[in-house]
Amino acid sequence: MQITIKLFANFRENRFKEARRDYPSGTTIGDVATGLEIEHGLIGMIFVHGRAAELDRELQDGDVLALFPLLGGG
Amino acid sequence: MPKIIRINMSDLSVRTEETPAEWAGLGGRALTSTIVAAEVPPTCHALGPSNKLVFAPGLLSGTAAGNAGRMSAGAKSPLTGTIKESNAGGTCGRMLGRLDIKAIIIEGQPKAADTWYRIGISGESVVIEPETETVGMNNFAVLESVARRYGEDKGVITLGSAGENLMLISNISTRDPEGKLRSFGRGGLGAVMGSKKIKFITIDQEGTRPVALVDPAAFKAANMVFSKALKDHPVSGQGLPTYGTAVLVNILHEIGGLPTRNFTSGQCDHHDMISGEHMYETIVARGGEPTHGCSLGCIIQCSQVYNDKDGKYLTSGFEYETIWAYGADCLINNLDLIAECDNVMDDLGVDSIETPVMFGVAMEAGLLKFGDGTEVLRMLREEIGKATPLGRILGGGTAMVGKTYGVARVPVVKGQAIPAYDPRSVKGIGVTYATTTQGADHTAGYAVATNVLNVGGKVDPLSNVGQVELSRNLQIATAAIDSTGLCLFIAFPALDIAECLPAAVDMLNARFGTKLTMDDVVGLGKTVLKLEHEFNLKAGIGPEQDRLPEFFELEAIAPHNVKWDMDQKELETFWNF
Repeated sequence: MQITIKLFANFRENRFKEARRDYPSGTTIGDVATGLEIEHGLIGMIFVHGRAAELDRELQDGDVLALFPLLGGG
Repeated sequence: MPKIIRINMSDLSVRTEETPAEWAGLGGRALTSTIVAAEVPPTCHALGPSNKLVFAPGLLSGTAAGNAGRMSAGAKSPLTGTIKESNAGGTCGRMLGRLDIKAIIIEGQPKAADTWYRIGISGESVVIEPETETVGMNNFAVLESVARRYGEDKGVITLGSAGENLMLISNISTRDPEGKLRSFGRGGLGAVMGSKKIKFITIDQEGTRPVALVDPAAFKAANMVFSKALKDHPVSGQGLPTYGTAVLVNILHEIGGLPTRNFTSGQCDHHDMISGEHMYETIVARGGEPTHGCSLGCIIQCSQVYNDKDGKYLTSGFEYETIWAYGADCLINNLDLIAECDNVMDDLGVDSIETPVMFGVAMEAGLLKFGDGTEVLRMLREEIGKATPLGRILGGGTAMVGKTYGVARVPVVKGQAIPAYDPRSVKGIGVTYATTTQGADHTAGYAVATNVLNVGGKVDPLSNVGQVELSRNLQIATAAIDSTGLCLFIAFPALDIAECLPAAVDMLNARFGTKLTMDDVVGLGKTVLKLEHEFNLKAGIGPEQDRLPEFFELEAIAPHNVKWDMDQKELETFWNF
């Protein structure tokens, strides 16, 4: 299945801003993060199609996944 | 013994008073709001002689506490008609703390309409003198004049031309440690200072002394715990120092809460060009400073120095709200143009939220085209800056422009522009906009933290459940933090690291020899909110104004196709505490 992955802030360093990648069905968000060598503990926000999601969620074909470190402002 | 300086502009007299016992435990917002509520008739005209302008450093100002550089300004707001507190960094809060000045109360109004004044405050004296040289000048020229005449090291509180012209978008500016500007931004406080004919105030740091601490060892120990929490938390220790607040652009775009094209969409196509990530890369490439503080003793350093393509200073303190408003709400896809707008706004002395949100409405009205940053710059300089008739309409703010040009989609609450988070897709912040005593203000109860950023827990941003309680708790905590002189961004570590807030309370106790508990501090926040609310009710601003504009209920916003659908009765339960 095709997943679009968007990375932000320092997650982009030595990786990418946005990529479309092929994953076997049953892949979770945690699996994607592990494959990208992003430590799970550093992940602050996860969104799929703009809605909050958890690491153990299984992705579906066509999902747009956004991963952020913990960030704030205001 | 801490002093109150009372300056009467009607007869140009000064009184130095002892701090009344009931004000002794107050500082910052708690003190400005207490004084305004006690001494300003709520029904007065905000630009008339009965209004008072109060400056108060926080309870920890002048100490070595980390991030304690904020000072509050308070008055009745000419923009909202409500009580107003606005706080800023800079150097004055620290100086006032070290001069043992608890508050400066400016009251009355000169009879002569054509004479401006300057005020000079030192440990020994307060002078009021007629001022001519800087009249008509904007802020950067005022700073230069003050430095030349009185020295480089003065604390400065100043008005640009917008404040002189009593515009509702005007702010009060203050000098930062690098000689640039910070602002008491919201609510048109510049017009209040202008109505009292004060062009600038200087504060002399000669005669300042280290703040006396009742228990210096306990203070130092608590400050170490507190500062460590600020450094350890990923938001205050890494994210903000690197990317500044503009890191929020991509986050809010991603979740569909980035108000775009005058609040008609929650996402903006060119978000990456105005993002914190892009800003960071640009600053580094041009030899600017991505990490920079607005006040001495700042640990978080969320500010930055943004240079132009030739490596020359363009602006600093370049915030998310400003970048969002010009970049997404007005569709200007060029960060350099936005930075130039920011610099011009600093110079004129106008609120960098009210002004660009106003331009979004002006664009919808057809006064200029969406995306036309060059025309925004022209209107800032040539219309607002020269107080032309059009400039005065624009200078009246978002609601004024909406009324003048018959626009129905006007994002304001109590006349004040709604900031950078769409309340339809971040419902907790909608509760704050509707209920805060200040008019729409995200900082009053930053529910975005818990709705979106996963700080302080998680509450679904698209559900109404739990939002009133969340906003209430945050508004109470914020009112307390705003009274200490601490920067509100300490809330990020405070919401997640258990030792952080108790350490701040320990610093208060070590400073004053008190035995305050966390409950006492929460109690202070509640007291502040209630007395502000009471002022507003007496000013004629009741529950019928604790609501969002109708268009949020009528128009669904992309991408989540959501409207504002919070029950008004539920909103009214906000004040049940």
